[in-house]
Amino acid sequence: MTQIPETDLDTNGATDAEGAQAPPSALKWLTDRLADSTAFIFVALLAMILVFTVLRPDAFATVNNLRNIAIAASILLVLSIGQTFVIGTAGIDISVGSMLVFSGVVASLAMAEVGGGQGWASVGVGVAVSLLAGGFWGMVNGLLVTKVKLPPLIVTLGTFGGVLGLAKVLTGGINLRTVPNELVNTLGIGRAFGVVPWLVILALVLTAIFGVVLRYTRFGRYTLAIGSNEEAARRVGIDVDLHLLKVYTLSGLLAGVAGIMNLARFTNTTIQGHDTDNLQSIAAVVIGGTSLFGGIATMFGTLVGVFIPTTLQNGFVILRIQPFWQEVAVGAVLILAVYVDQLKRRARNRL
Amino acid sequence: MAQQTLLQARGIVKNFGHVRALRGCDFDVYPGEVVAMIGDNGAGKSTLVKIVAGVQPPDNGELYFDGEPVTLADPTEAQALGIETVYQDLALAPDLDPAANLFLGREVLKPGLIGKLGFLDTKAMTAKTLAAFKNLGAGVQSATAPVATMSGGQRQSIAVSRAATWADRLVIMDEPTAALGVVQSRAVLELIRRVRDQGIAVIIISHNMPEVLSVSDRVEVLRLGRRVAQFVTADTDMEALVAAMTGARVQEDAG
Ligand SMILES: Nc1ncnc2c1ncn2[C@@H]1O[C@H](COP(=O)(O)OP(=O)(O)OP(=O)(O)O)[C@@H](O)[C@H]1O
Ligand SMILES: [Mg+2]
Repeated sequence: MTQIPETDLDTNGATDAEGAQAPPSALKWLTDRLADSTAFIFVALLAMILVFTVLRPDAFATVNNLRNIAIAASILLVLSIGQTFVIGTAGIDISVGSMLVFSGVVASLAMAEVGGGQGWASVGVGVAVSLLAGGFWGMVNGLLVTKVKLPPLIVTLGTFGGVLGLAKVLTGGINLRTVPNELVNTLGIGRAFGVVPWLVILALVLTAIFGVVLRYTRFGRYTLAIGSNEEAARRVGIDVDLHLLKVYTLSGLLAGVAGIMNLARFTNTTIQGHDTDNLQSIAAVVIGGTSLFGGIATMFGTLVGVFIPTTLQNGFVILRIQPFWQEVAVGAVLILAVYVDQLKRRARNRL
Repeated sequence: MAQQTLLQARGIVKNFGHVRALRGCDFDVYPGEVVAMIGDNGAGKSTLVKIVAGVQPPDNGELYFDGEPVTLADPTEAQALGIETVYQDLALAPDLDPAANLFLGREVLKPGLIGKLGFLDTKAMTAKTLAAFKNLGAGVQSATAPVATMSGGQRQSIAVSRAATWADRLVIMDEPTAALGVVQSRAVLELIRRVRDQGIAVIIISHNMPEVLSVSDRVEVLRLGRRVAQFVTADTDMEALVAAMTGARVQEDAG
């Protein structure tokens, strides 16, 4: 306790002086981002946008089209926020898409019971049920990882199949269509100031909030400490199991949010549409510079990483390239991203 | 010695499968002393350290702290008693910076409401970390680069600074100078003396006999999972220590 001299004011003073001379925080934030690995991927996204714009200025760089890209990215972005935390702990969550579908299904069932599936009360119940369902499955994942000590890949592979199966059992495999108009007209197709879709705003606000949590709070610090060296975190007395439980529950909760967004956008439960959400969110997170080995994660990178596949897909459609090429391109970029991550680690780890 | 022990280990047994790491090992630390724990590779030193730090439970045997029996189920219980440890594997988070490592599990939060929300006071932690490094003479200039980018010696300095910063009663250092240069080794030995002068006891594990003789008040020797000898440093020499470590000479009353 006593080893830090209380009199060491000059060190403090020096730090303060440096702080005063530092560039304005917005500028510093930008230069920091450009200095780290997300810079490369951010430039790649800008280059992609530039190429599509030059090739088809009339079709690509229109407000309408950019809005479409943002809407297409929004739900995946919310799933990828949770995925960023999970991968930050050196874990993985394969079950995000299934938790999304399950949440949407039970929300739709619940909303049908309130006000005949219409009205704000029905919306409120649906949102609550969706969050509870997502959070529940996230917690199940977390408990299996921490208490039963199973590898995250296996746990979430199990819930990936099992939870989607349960959703199908509940509906007989048929998509439910009970979604209140109040939800569809606001979150689903509504826009702030007639310009920015609420789906996009919700996704961006959540990204910003959890970006701050990851970078500036103790929760974020523990997330990366556990991903970096779980044993070290245990030895300093961090409750590693409790923290992992929270992280997997957060991933489930965000899948619940995405479930409501999905209902609002498509006005049905889209049971068949989410088999590859997990791979897409993992790809987005890793492309964004978060290390698959844990310990390094940035939400800004995830934001960029989500927009790369979405923009590619959109651009390919506009250029009349067979859109399946997008899947090929994303696969290649993903492998490249993991390779770069490994190179960086090897270069950095001196011992 | 009639004095009350700070820490007493009695008959500690620890097996890893067929490997009998500790076979009824005793150990004593008195308040405010520097005691060196020496022994050949595999003698069980690091295993005993982990038991005293609450990282691993013993299979058998008792621990007494201030004469009271204690069970250390996890590291926080050892920390609560004022015991801090520099592990042989250092136990740092390589992706985090030195300040984050020094304050890991003891983060300083911002004052007021924003701190209640869990926001870190990075500036305060960085300043205190730099001060601690300066105090130790640790050759760590940056408190903000990932630890993984640093040399082995710098990492060791970070781990030593962390333990010295938080200990109240006992600091355990498992080969704290193994990767250090001459200057940093001296700084660690100097730090050990300063810690002792504040009334905090130190267990130092080292294979460097001149170092052991220069810094310790007493020496306890482990061999094949047992304590085989105890010396008062002032009354012994390198030859006697080596003889005890290798089993060439046996003290009858030590185990
Ligand atoms: N987790 C473990 N699993 C299996 N065996 C272990 C484990 N930890 C230690 N051992 C074994 O226990 C014995 C004692 O090891 P320990 O690390 O305590 O020795 P040490 O005295 O610290 O040696 P060194 O001077 O090389 O650090 C060794 O034979 C070692 O292989
Ligand atoms: Mg050892």
